[in-house]
Amino acid sequence: MPRLTIDGKPIEVPAGTNIIEAARLLGIEVPHYCYHPGLSIAGQCRLCMVDLDNAPRPTIACNTQAADGMVVMTDTERVRETRRSIMEFHLINHPLDCPVCDQAGECWLQIYYMKHGLYDPRMVDDKVHKPKAVPLGPHVMLDAERCILCSRCVRFCDEITGTGELGIFHRGDHSEIGLFPGADLTNKYSGNVVDICPVGALTDRDFRFQVRVWYLDTARSICQGCARGCNIEVHTSRRRPHHAQGRRVARLKPRYHAEVNRWWICDEGRYGFAFVDDASRLTFPVRREGQAVHELLWDEAIPAVADALRRHQPDEIALLASPKMANEDLWAVRALAERLGTARVAFRVPPAAGGDQDDLLIRADKNPNTRGAELLGLDGDAAAIMADLRAGAIKCLWIFGHDVLHAAWPPAEAFEALTRAQTLIFSGTNASSVSALAHLVLPAAAWVEREGTVTNFEGRVQRFRRALDPLGAALPEHELIGRVLATLGAPVSATRAEHWFRALAAAVPAFAGMTYASIGDTGQMVSP
Amino acid sequence: MTEKILTRNFGRADSHTLAVYRETGGYKALDKAAAMQPAAIVEEVKKSNLRGLGGAGFPTGMKWSFIPRGHTGPVYLVVNADEGEPGTFKDRYLLERDPHALIEGMIITARAIRSALGFVYIRGEYVEPWRRFSTAVREAYEAGYLGRGFDIVVHRGAGAYICGEETGLISSLEGLKGWPKLKPPFPAIKGAFGAPTIVNNVETLAHVPHIVNRGAEWFASLGTKTQGGTRIYSVSGRVKRPGIYETSVGITLRQLIYDEAGGVAGNGRLKAVVPGGSSAALLSADEIDVTMDVDGLKNVDSMIGSAGVIVFDETVSIPDALVVVARFYAHESCGQCTPCRESTGWIYKMARRIAEGHGRKEDLDTILDVAKRGAGTTICAFYDGAVGPYISYIEKFRGEFEALIPRA
Ligand SMILES: Cc1cc2nc3c(=O)[nH]c(=O)nc-3n(C[C@H](O)[C@H](O)[C@H](O)COP(=O)(O)O)c2cc1C
Ligand code: SF4
Ligand code: SF4
Repeated sequence: MPRLTIDGKPIEVPAGTNIIEAARLLGIEVPHYCYHPGLSIAGQCRLCMVDLDNAPRPTIACNTQAADGMVVMTDTERVRETRRSIMEFHLINHPLDCPVCDQAGECWLQIYYMKHGLYDPRMVDDKVHKPKAVPLGPHVMLDAERCILCSRCVRFCDEITGTGELGIFHRGDHSEIGLFPGADLTNKYSGNVVDICPVGALTDRDFRFQVRVWYLDTARSICQGCARGCNIEVHTSRRRPHHAQGRRVARLKPRYHAEVNRWWICDEGRYGFAFVDDASRLTFPVRREGQAVHELLWDEAIPAVADALRRHQPDEIALLASPKMANEDLWAVRALAERLGTARVAFRVPPAAGGDQDDLLIRADKNPNTRGAELLGLDGDAAAIMADLRAGAIKCLWIFGHDVLHAAWPPAEAFEALTRAQTLIFSGTNASSVSALAHLVLPAAAWVEREGTVTNFEGRVQRFRRALDPLGAALPEHELIGRVLATLGAPVSATRAEHWFRALAAAVPAFAGMTYASIGDTGQMVSP
Repeated sequence: MTEKILTRNFGRADSHTLAVYRETGGYKALDKAAAMQPAAIVEEVKKSNLRGLGGAGFPTGMKWSFIPRGHTGPVYLVVNADEGEPGTFKDRYLLERDPHALIEGMIITARAIRSALGFVYIRGEYVEPWRRFSTAVREAYEAGYLGRGFDIVVHRGAGAYICGEETGLISSLEGLKGWPKLKPPFPAIKGAFGAPTIVNNVETLAHVPHIVNRGAEWFASLGTKTQGGTRIYSVSGRVKRPGIYETSVGITLRQLIYDEAGGVAGNGRLKAVVPGGSSAALLSADEIDVTMDVDGLKNVDSMIGSAGVIVFDETVSIPDALVVVARFYAHESCGQCTPCRESTGWIYKMARRIAEGHGRKEDLDTILDVAKRGAGTTICAFYDGAVGPYISYIEKFRGEFEALIPRA
């Protein structure tokens, strides 16, 4: 383990650590563009120059490994001058179009100009012009004039996805990012190039021109798109509700996790939030009688659900939970099953099409919490429940979110089963062909509208936080189940997600000893 | 006058054929080298004071000794025949008129560095040199000099100056864009295809058979204290007899221009000289009493580089000449490093504006400041080779530039 000093502060770092990372450990930021810890070292931007006591000239920190006895200075006059020069070089051909650039506010040209540039501009000649607003693929737009040619995007496609769509074409100040002939940026992780692009050259086609980044708020969350559970940030736009047609979720961004997803997320997850602000959201409870639909208050809906459940014998009632539900909700489902005395609880509905999977992040199981549902003892036979419903043995079914008419089951049989139910209760976030058949429809809060935990395929329990208020009257499922339980006379003390989690941790050995605090921001593995 | 070594056969018809090469003692050094231990060959070349003739002037024997000891995988020998430096046209003569000297030099060098495969990277525009050299390679295979433990692959470039920089050349050879690589690692440790690699210039290796034949002392005695041998100077521009001249590296620039090349054309007056290819700082007429070896030019803050000598007489406008070199470097920058990519273009625009009479008072200092700021901050030596000349053109002939700038 080499020991070195950086700006007079001693530090010991693992062998192979470069000076940028070593300095970071001391809280010293060495400015850089092309270096990215997840990619190979390019050494092209020349911004990360530092002084070494034994070197005649400044040295790039990214390609210099910490060595024993090394003396590094990141803030000498010479280093500051070099940074100023590099900033000037980076900006001479830049269009300086911040007012119309989506990156403004989170652009490393702006940030570093203010910190390390601040020179008086000397460039009076014509700038080099390059293509603008070039769609590279379904998600990414290129403005080649804003590009600083750091090659991060190229290295991402070469080294992380291995798809190699991008290259730098031409030479000198005519160098330009572009697609190889015949290629499109259609890999399953293309959105990441927008995140790692330090400037406004690559922007997100979904996010472009929707809202300025300084109006965004942020909450830590977990992607619900598959069993990996990538760590993300949810960026919401509430301070300018008239922007983006009122869309509240502006975008999802990956959040670094060393073991789960490193710096990346897939496009499917990144753009999988449209349902949250979709017009199909369920915003109030509904009772349906024949063709007649009645909007209810919760104070009417909860007793209606309790009454309906009370009308049936325990073995006539089934609960079809979902692996998209949080652990807290699933534990509430279990409490409900116990209260009702039914053993007919299941959660697995086979999807119509098999999911894709790869070696990077994407899992075939498109549910965030299958492992949690298994561990919480809800793994009954869903197909048998549907068969018994069709046969009339089950008379009351509560479906949590599933669209059983668009699963791998024969739709006609599923339809027949649903229409034979005497009581069909549906809770979920969005209207569907199932909710359209339900006698009672209960609006559920989307994951960004509440907090909770999910357990990924490796058994890592991770927390997601509330980013928004629930739309309309929607409630977290654990809460609406809790209210039903209370109405049924059960002694429930849990009112918040954390209470439910405490209850399940006390009861289920796999979660023993876990608390929201112990899960923290990096998650916690379930006990084997 | 020094004995001609590299060019001794250039006057003969068919000098490029195996027959003529053998007739004049060719491939004799091979036998001698075969009896020497690899380390002894390296030692001999070190003692000869042979320094790289491609541009950087690095001691050749020392470079060879950087191959990691005890390395067991492949080692490659790469010959730099890209000859892109403006003002330089010597390697093409060697390829066209004495290709077997290079082949013999490569075989001996391969023994010294334990390489079984050599690549010769020939500038794309060099069609005839490529044909001649390829024919010679075929002859050498047929005669059994090649194919017995050492093979040669001939590779044609596509016409980019940066592919002459040794790591740019390696990238290009590997099938990648001709982008110079970050150092460390240096090619001798991790070069072509990840293997230890020695890159040498054509002319450097063409000397090797003679060093083995006639000994290190003999070779060292031909040159100066710090550089042995002769080299081929390419002399162009306003001289009476432009062409290539092989002389001792101890010759002065004055002797080269006046004694060898016949003096300034049309009896005009000498104004300035580019002594070592366009990347070398310009010398003014009163700076030509320097020896044309590596250290002689270092002493006057220029460089011998590839020994391409371009002579300017008084009809040459220095601001126009700056536009020409600035356009070249702006066009050829590979574009990886920010200072090089951005400022070569910027400086070219400023230089052109000044030459066209639209200069501003502050432009000259801006060029000088920009050039000095970026120097030494890039991946490869291209950029220093660009800004060094810019600075010398302006600092040595500032009045000529100022005269073009309109007064406010
Ligand atoms: C921009 C640039 C262009 C170069 N072009 C050539 C070239 O065309 N031929 C050459 O032999 N060396 C060229 N060099 C020098 C090579 O990088 C390298 O030093 C040389 O080939 C080593 O051989 P030597 O030691 O025998 O001189 C160039 C260097 C730079 C920085
Ligand atoms: S588009 Fe962005 S990530 Fe790609 S090279 Fe340009 S600045 Fe870097
Ligand atoms: S100095 Fe210029 S030519 Fe050399 S690697 Fe950098 S950008 Fe390319």
